[in-house]
Amino acid sequence: MKRILPFLKRYWGVLRRPSVHYSLGALTLGGFIAGIIFWGGFNTALEATNTEAFCISCHEMENNVYMEIKETIHYSNRSGVRATCPDCHVPHEWTDKIARKMQASKEVWGKIFGTINTREKFLEKRRELAEHEWARLKANDSLECRNCHDYEYMDFTRQSPRAAKFHSRSLGTGEATCIDCHKGIAHRLPDMRGVPGW
Amino acid sequence: MKRLLPLPLLLVLGFAIAADAPYPLDAPAPDGRRPGGTLTEEFTPPPLRDEENKDLRRERNYPEQPPTIPHAVRNYQIDINGNRCLACHSREASARTQAPMISITHFNDRDGQTLGTVSPRRYFCMQCHVPQHDVEPLVGNDFKDIDTLLYHESTSEEDE
Ligand code: HEC
Ligand code: HEC
Ligand code: HEC
Ligand code: HEC
Ligand code: HEC
Ligand code: HEC
Repeated sequence: MKRILPFLKRYWGVLRRPSVHYSLGALTLGGFIAGIIFWGGFNTALEATNTEAFCISCHEMENNVYMEIKETIHYSNRSGVRATCPDCHVPHEWTDKIARKMQASKEVWGKIFGTINTREKFLEKRRELAEHEWARLKANDSLECRNCHDYEYMDFTRQSPRAAKFHSRSLGTGEATCIDCHKGIAHRLPDMRGVPGW
Repeated sequence: MKRLLPLPLLLVLGFAIAADAPYPLDAPAPDGRRPGGTLTEEFTPPPLRDEENKDLRRERNYPEQPPTIPHAVRNYQIDINGNRCLACHSREASARTQAPMISITHFNDRDGQTLGTVSPRRYFCMQCHVPQHDVEPLVGNDFKDIDTLLYHESTSEEDE
């Protein structure tokens, strides 16, 4: 420790001294470029973790939820538009995105400690995980759904009468949000006892 | 004896192979539902149709008929975890959803006891209620409902 301290002191001295060899301009430019590289790298890393391939690189995600989504309309439909995991689970806003990524460290934790590493454990924990997602979507007024489906542009005359009736009654008034009625749109549901509306 | 056993077997088998099968193995399907097709031929299946989703309740042919489902039910989950149908058709939900409530027969168990909620034997709705598709029926049907029968009876009596 005693030997490190003077060493650090010397370096600090160097760092504090104004530059003699490089002009301020070059330094600023260098900093700028480094910034871009750093920022870009950060964003690239962020983008890479924003793909379905990344999500299902964990068997916990692939063997349970991914298998189930394959049967649903969000995996295959006549128009060929697909919703992938991040479309529904990762916010598009940058700050929200970072917040979700911080939250995702829980998943890394879960991976390491194997909280859902078998089908049985997953099924046991499913209600809890689903509740988190319901709460999140309820809180942001189903933002992820609305990124693709916008109430403003829904043509009720083209919807089935049943859908139009439910939507016009509750969406216009802001009484309910998508997730209130469309639980289990992409995956099988956990034990629904006590869930409002079930 | 044991060593002789294969012999008759061989004979029988030999005859079976030699004799022409009395019917063509590649016969057209007997049910008339695959016209021109034979058992070994494969057709491209007809395109899948969407479930009819007009939300108009259909007439029942007789009062005990389970009504057909007039709306889409794609991916509706019915299992130990939950019953999507009851989320709309149960007694508690029907006011909120304006869906017709399951009738009293759905509360009765097989001993005729009326239970507090849907009876287990009525839990799997799609055993009896089915959605419809807008396709040509494969087989014709000349079912006449009771009104048609009674009408004919009364008009033929008048004729006499
Ligand atoms: C490192 C492996 C791994 C990867 C990669 C992964 N997950 Fe997970 N995920 C898990 C585990 C483990 C859990 C369970 C965490 C727990 O026990 O709380 C989980 C839980 C979840 C949950 C429930 C969230 C909650 O709040 O309870 C969602 C939603 C989810 N993952 C979606 C995703 C999406 C979307 C991706 C891709 C962007 C993804 N996962 C990538 C392992 C992973
Ligand atoms: C990436 C865009 C995207 C996102 C995000 C998305 N959807 Fe969809 N959704 C679609 C597409 C595409 C279809 C199929 C449209 C078609 O071909 O009829 C669809 C269909 C549906 C249907 C109709 C189902 C049926 O059987 O006809 C419902 C209900 C629905 N989505 C609800 C949701 C909900 C709830 C969310 C949020 C949890 C959501 N969607 C998120 C793109 C998306
Ligand atoms: C009050 C309940 C309720 C709410 C809230 C709700 N829906 Fe629906 N939605 C329904 C019902 C009921 C249907 C028709 C039956 C079905 O498809 O399950 C339907 C059908 C749909 C369909 C298919 C349309 C069709 O013609 O069949 C889409 C797409 C859809 N909803 C998207 C959304 C989106 C996006 C939101 C949020 C902005 C939303 N819904 C909010 C009840 C609701
Ligand atoms: C159309 C939107 C949509 C898509 C696409 C989607 N999910 Fe989900 N996911 C949801 C909703 C909504 C929930 C909340 C539970 C429910 O209603 O089924 C959920 C719940 C979950 C859960 C919690 C456990 C559970 O089953 O409830 C996990 C884990 C999860 N999703 C992972 C994924 C992964 C991985 C993918 C990509 C293969 C994916 N999701 C694609 C909408 C979606
Ligand atoms: C979102 C609410 C909702 C759900 C979920 C739902 N239904 Fe319905 N159902 C209705 C409504 C509303 C009607 C009245 C006619 C219409 O609008 O389609 C109806 C009508 C019916 C009828 C016709 C009744 C009659 O007297 O002709 C049957 C049968 C039926 N539903 C069965 C089912 C089955 C089986 C399921 C589950 C696979 C189911 N429903 C899920 C809302 C729902
Ligand atoms: C064993 C067969 C059977 C099963 C299973 C069954 N039903 Fe029925 N359902 C019937 C028959 C028969 C009728 C018509 C006579 C009657 O009302 O009992 C009927 C009538 C109805 C009606 C119309 C009631 C009315 O008053 O007009 C609705 C709605 C209905 N069923 C919904 C359901 C739902 C939802 C389920 C699943 C929870 C279900 N049924 C399960 C046989 C069945």
